[in-house]
Amino acid sequence: MFGKLSFDAIPLHDPIIMVVAMGIAIGGAVVVGALTYFKKWKWLWTEWLTSVDHKKLGIMYFLVALVMLVRGFADAIMMRTQLAMAAGGAEGYLPPSHYDQIFTAHGVIMIFFVAMPMVIGLMNLVVPLQIGARDVAFPFLNNLSFWLFVAGVALVNVSLLLGEFAKTGWLAYAPLSGIEYSPGVGVDYWIWALQISGIGTTLTGINFFVTILKMRTKGMKLFRMPIFTWTSLCANILIIASFPILTATIALLTLDRYFGFHFFTNDFGGNMMMYVNLIWAWGHPEVYILILPAFGVFSEVIATFARKRLFGYTTMVWATAAITLLSFIVWLHHFFTMGAGANVNAFFGIATMIIAIPTGVKIFNWLFTMYRGRLQFTSPVLWTLGFIITFTLGGMTGVMLSVPAANFVLHNSLFVIAHFHNVIIGGVVFGMLAGLTYWFPKAFGFKLDEKWGKRSFWFWIVGFYVAFMPLYVLSFFGAVRRMQSYENGDWQPLMIIAWFGAVLILIGIACTVIQFLVSIRDRKKNADVTGDPWDGRTLEWSTSSPAPFYNFAHEPEVNDIDDFWNKKQANGGKPPRSKPPYQDIHMPKDTWEGPLIGLFATVFGFALVWHIWWLAIVGGLATFAVFMARVFRDDVDYYVPAAEVERIEREHQQRVEMQA
Amino acid sequence: MATDTLSNHQDHAHEHDHHDTAGTKIFGFWVYLMSDLVIFGSLFATYAVLLGGTAGGPTGADIFELDLILISTFMLLVSSFTYGMAVLAMNADQVDKVKKWLAITFLLGAGFIGIEIYEFQHLIHLGYGPDRSAFLSAFFTLVGTHGLHVFFGLVWIIVMLIQLQKKGLTDMTRPRIMCLSLFWHFLDIVWICVFSFVYLMGVL
Repeated sequence: MFGKLSFDAIPLHDPIIMVVAMGIAIGGAVVVGALTYFKKWKWLWTEWLTSVDHKKLGIMYFLVALVMLVRGFADAIMMRTQLAMAAGGAEGYLPPSHYDQIFTAHGVIMIFFVAMPMVIGLMNLVVPLQIGARDVAFPFLNNLSFWLFVAGVALVNVSLLLGEFAKTGWLAYAPLSGIEYSPGVGVDYWIWALQISGIGTTLTGINFFVTILKMRTKGMKLFRMPIFTWTSLCANILIIASFPILTATIALLTLDRYFGFHFFTNDFGGNMMMYVNLIWAWGHPEVYILILPAFGVFSEVIATFARKRLFGYTTMVWATAAITLLSFIVWLHHFFTMGAGANVNAFFGIATMIIAIPTGVKIFNWLFTMYRGRLQFTSPVLWTLGFIITFTLGGMTGVMLSVPAANFVLHNSLFVIAHFHNVIIGGVVFGMLAGLTYWFPKAFGFKLDEKWGKRSFWFWIVGFYVAFMPLYVLSFFGAVRRMQSYENGDWQPLMIIAWFGAVLILIGIACTVIQFLVSIRDRKKNADVTGDPWDGRTLEWSTSSPAPFYNFAHEPEVNDIDDFWNKKQANGGKPPRSKPPYQDIHMPKDTWEGPLIGLFATVFGFALVWHIWWLAIVGGLATFAVFMARVFRDDVDYYVPAAEVERIEREHQQRVEMQA
Repeated sequence: MATDTLSNHQDHAHEHDHHDTAGTKIFGFWVYLMSDLVIFGSLFATYAVLLGGTAGGPTGADIFELDLILISTFMLLVSSFTYGMAVLAMNADQVDKVKKWLAITFLLGAGFIGIEIYEFQHLIHLGYGPDRSAFLSAFFTLVGTHGLHVFFGLVWIIVMLIQLQKKGLTDMTRPRIMCLSLFWHFLDIVWICVFSFVYLMGVL
């Protein structure tokens, strides 16, 4: 009846998990209680969960990502605490089976459920505004993508309380992830969480690719697009070309585990290195899916706050395109030790080193944008400066790793851990936090508190160096990744320093939380009435904050890069205002199908994890039925009357005049 | 190209802000097909790598029955032609003919699937199921994934027949028939690759 699921699946014996479970239960009860008490359920459903508005979806992506950041960070500090304790024969407080789940969950959560939704959330919020569009090409699909992502999040979190998570590392290398060596449900949670959310990501990639190519406003030629839109376009090309490989790879692993196929098994002709090749053929482009939009954020931030047009716009675009292309021909550098031979390794090593060239072009473009600019040291600029230094360091250790001979020594050591945190924290996390601060007023109509933002930055950057520089050193002494305890007591002082770095980052995260609270308290004082709080250069700043649901009353017309900035200059520093007559605006209607498909997809995935076949059939058929309901629905759009547009625009302009 | 055939049905009153929605849909569907092609590419690569992994079991030459596959191949090729006739009928606004050609396409596709199911169950019956060797795993998965796509295409044809019955040829159903057309021809092209690389090269 319930497949492999029974009461034994609840880890009652583990006090850590039980405390977390109680915390989640209490927190969940508070949220549910508050929604009921304030009678907000209907509001939540109609205004948010069923919304096809790309700005609201962007906010929801970011919100879920921040919650998951806390969970992923909890895993991180647990690992650092364990390693600070488990020296010279001590076992620490986490047994290997639990420690293995934690480092797997940490990687999976941070990449798939923190970094990805932050990147996709920012794209949602910003890209349609930057290209002067009213929505994305396929608004329903956009909502559906979000809910498929949430289904993945739900499955990962359920694994905490029911059963276990994978103990395989974040990429679930075969044959360890095969049924013979991982007979539990952990890998199955990994499979279905990534498979379902990965399909959502592919749909997002298609959606934004088409949006950027087909929905640009009048005069917005490709080489007039803001750099963030350019980097998003390239990231979406990478999604479209690489995520199907992940889908296929996970499907093959699923067949191995569920039906006894022999793709990646040790016996019957299987080839485990095929798994490693396939997963990295997706996995390497994936890291550029994360970092390219971060590069875009830094480009926007630095041009805005240096009050100069970005230096080398065209080279920035071509550097992005070059990285996009190169990211597909370097995957083998993740496993030089496979034994492919010197020629193959040389090719992939050199291809990897070449990526440093377009990346270097970008670094110099940012530096020259600042040169002779009037740089304002706001917190987004601090994140950018921190990024330039930290990412350059991380890039250099990356070039070291790309030398196959050196890689044979550094492979699987803490050097690798230090390297990729160096680029992911210094690149993606800093980029997303800069983007959050920069575009927050556009989403909510008020600025974030600068003082707490800067505190967060300083704790993050100092914490990062304190936490990860010791790992570089430790790697030279032979410390490997994924170890739960170690014999050599000499390593312990550096491990304790690394733990202290994690505590500093914790304070940085706390500062961000306080920053939100303080900013909400002071929202009147920090209000962004004009919609252009930073004296911005691109189209998203030409509409009010928060942007009206139709984004632009009139379709904007663009004649140059940074056209909005030029128009302000021509108008005495003031942005031109929209004027009547207005026209009816065609908009998509909200959808109840998206959240419902997400719910049934979660049921489907959960049932497959636990081999509850009847429930899987129910979940699958229900998903199909809801999709059919959507297919047969006629009333998917409506017109906003011109009078309503005029009312909203007049109210906004009155607020602006009152403030002036 | 496929986008052009629809351009003369674009003229409704409020199109100023959503220029060419049908064209956007069809372009989006092209992009989806390209991403689907990456899945097939991954499966072809896997098949190529695992071709020698027979683990003492049969090779392709031992088990492929080319006569049968040739029949099913022609069924699928002809079904692409009949689908093309359906699109021509749509462009001529002859909804009954569209339905007729779609129904014929469905029957040919169903015949293709029927032969594939027969082939699979026959192999499994002989003890050459996908769990026998890595080669057979890759074979069943590559061919089966194509078959699964054809199956979804059949479901889609049924949905379109119902929608044509209820709504006729509208701005909603026309782009869908075009997308399904792209899907169906796409599966044909993938099958030509399967037939050449898997079956023909397998028995050579």
